[in-house]
Amino acid sequence: MTKKKRSAGAVTSPLIRRPIQRRFAIFLLPTFVCFCIGFLWPFLQGLYLSLNKFTTTSNAEWVGFGNYVKAWNDPGFRAAFGYTARVAVVSLVLINVLAFFVAYALTREIRGSSLFRGVFFVPNLIGGIVLGYIWKTIIDSVLPVSMSIQAEYGFWGLIVVMCWQQVGYMMIIYIAGLQAVPEDMLEAARIDGANGWKTLWYITLPNVMPSITICTFLSLTNGFKLYDQNLVLTNGAPVRRGIGATEMLALNIAKTFSTANQRGVAQAKAVLFFILVTTIALIQLWATRRKEVQQ
Amino acid sequence: MRKLFAVLLAAAMLLSMMSFASAEGEGKVYYLNFKPEADQAWQALAQQYQALTGVEVKVLTAASGSYSTTLTSEMDKKDAAPTLFQIGNAEGVATWADYALPLDGTELMQEMTTEDFNLKNAAGQTVAVGYCYEAYGIITNKALLEKAGYSVADITNFESLKKVADDIHARAAELGFDAFTSAGLDGSSSWRFSGHLTNMPLFYEFRDDGVTEQPATVKGSYLNAYKNIWDLYITDSAADAKKLSGYTGADAEKDFYDGKAVFFQNGTWEYADLTGKYGMNPDDLCMLPIYCGVEGEENAALCAGTENCWAVNAKASEADQKATLDFLKWVVTSEEGTQMMAEQFGPIPFKAAKASSNVFFNDATEMLNAGKYVVTWAFNYTPDVDNWRAGIVSALEQYSAGAADWGEVEYAFVDGWATAYANTH
Repeated sequence: MTKKKRSAGAVTSPLIRRPIQRRFAIFLLPTFVCFCIGFLWPFLQGLYLSLNKFTTTSNAEWVGFGNYVKAWNDPGFRAAFGYTARVAVVSLVLINVLAFFVAYALTREIRGSSLFRGVFFVPNLIGGIVLGYIWKTIIDSVLPVSMSIQAEYGFWGLIVVMCWQQVGYMMIIYIAGLQAVPEDMLEAARIDGANGWKTLWYITLPNVMPSITICTFLSLTNGFKLYDQNLVLTNGAPVRRGIGATEMLALNIAKTFSTANQRGVAQAKAVLFFILVTTIALIQLWATRRKEVQQ
Repeated sequence: MRKLFAVLLAAAMLLSMMSFASAEGEGKVYYLNFKPEADQAWQALAQQYQALTGVEVKVLTAASGSYSTTLTSEMDKKDAAPTLFQIGNAEGVATWADYALPLDGTELMQEMTTEDFNLKNAAGQTVAVGYCYEAYGIITNKALLEKAGYSVADITNFESLKKVADDIHARAAELGFDAFTSAGLDGSSSWRFSGHLTNMPLFYEFRDDGVTEQPATVKGSYLNAYKNIWDLYITDSAADAKKLSGYTGADAEKDFYDGKAVFFQNGTWEYADLTGKYGMNPDDLCMLPIYCGVEGEENAALCAGTENCWAVNAKASEADQKATLDFLKWVVTSEEGTQMMAEQFGPIPFKAAKASSNVFFNDATEMLNAGKYVVTWAFNYTPDVDNWRAGIVSALEQYSAGAADWGEVEYAFVDGWATAYANTH
């Protein structure tokens, strides 16, 4: 936190503040314009379209909240919600536990630890679709039946792929957090006779809480928003009694959008999806932030 | 800084004015083509027409598999939207109803030899004209069939097909080839069964019930016939029925051109690749109707229909609509146009059509001349095509692996149809 204070002090100096105040538009406007074009405008238009029946965005017919009723009454959407929550929670726990322990191991003095860091990070650089295809081939060739037949295989297949891809990324964040744990605190703990577990629990973990906040936020929202890997691994199959047993929310929305006369409904689902992910992410941020300690 | 802004703004304004200027005046044609393989031919034809008449013809081809999304975004460009596009089936008509100009009575339609392949809207107006047609069935390698001791004449119905296939499958090790190519349920292959093969039960049901427009429900009265042929495909083939989602369309094609299988369910569009790219002898190839155990099927011909129908944008200016219809008329009547259409699309249902060298089409014509009935593309009525088909594919996959019984397929077929219809209406 000392770093933050120092930089805040520099900015409050009138020598730097005044020119910035005068010219802030030059720095802010380009980003603000991009934000409006790329995010704000499509978002508002999406809200508007969710209350319409439309095929093209320029030719929409007002239907009010009918789309929301239809979206909520769709059993496929509700099933997708439950399934997505399950995937998100399981992947959240597994990814963070694995990433933390890999990071913990690689900040000990192990031979070749920088090589391992690189290797663990690489899966993150491969796109979701390509990665999904590779894993689908691998997993399906090992299993007695394909993932698209057994929903449980599909679930764990998805979890494996998510972990494999995201553990390396979260590991980097945890490593940064672990390296920032003050050496004097660790030393004090050693002198006081704390063993490894106690040090980890009472010194290390509270100090890496900011990393945990970021990582849980990222993996939770990643889990809810997951699309590519879901599409490639099972595409929602097996379908049982008309409901895709491994269909997640994003895939359900995309499939609805490609149905005739259902684009407004898909849009309504997308708005519900946005509210849901935002709410959950905010609750999670609030919960983990409380545990952060000031150094 | 302000000067720079002013210059940029002025430039932007000029640009937008220029695009408005070109949108007005003489009519122009903008064709959003959905067949990447025909892109070059269309571009060349468009240039020829432009040189001949001075009318601007722009052809844009959507990347493979992205036609629907491209069409959606292009149609949003009010003044620069496509004037000509494709509608494939009843669902397409439902989606694009506001955008499809009724074409009855146009010169283009007067050039047609049949209206069988056209699509109509709810008011009974023709809104899309089928500009070519395709046929599918069981592509057969006659040379292999003879090696196994049979001839095409031995197969006249499901019973005889099953007898031949079972025998070949039983002797597969000794013969070095099997009866059927893999019935892959990967996305590149599954449409052959969730789309084309489901046409068999749909066609016969609609024929019995006199259905002539998209029905809200189906009964699945011929699903046992569907089961017959599906069981045959997965039993009499070298593919592992437990892992069908791992087999692609290319796998099935390879089984066939490598001479590893005698029968391959596919359509006339395969001809160019099989004889060209893979060098198969046209004399060894023929196409049989899909026999599935329906009474009287000895008289069935191939499944003929199309998903290639031209629609003219109803929201385009009148000048553009006229220019588009003039262009289409030229395409189906001129030497250059009919030549290109014959090369790219085979026989076309227009008076000036040129003959095609595709043997599969010749088989189709021969069967018709012999007085057999055409199995039309009843699946064009399918509501919410992608999701309905996805349900069938998943059910077939579970059934084939023994993870679900046939009831799952029946549910996907019958209840899935009702749900799909309710969702889109």
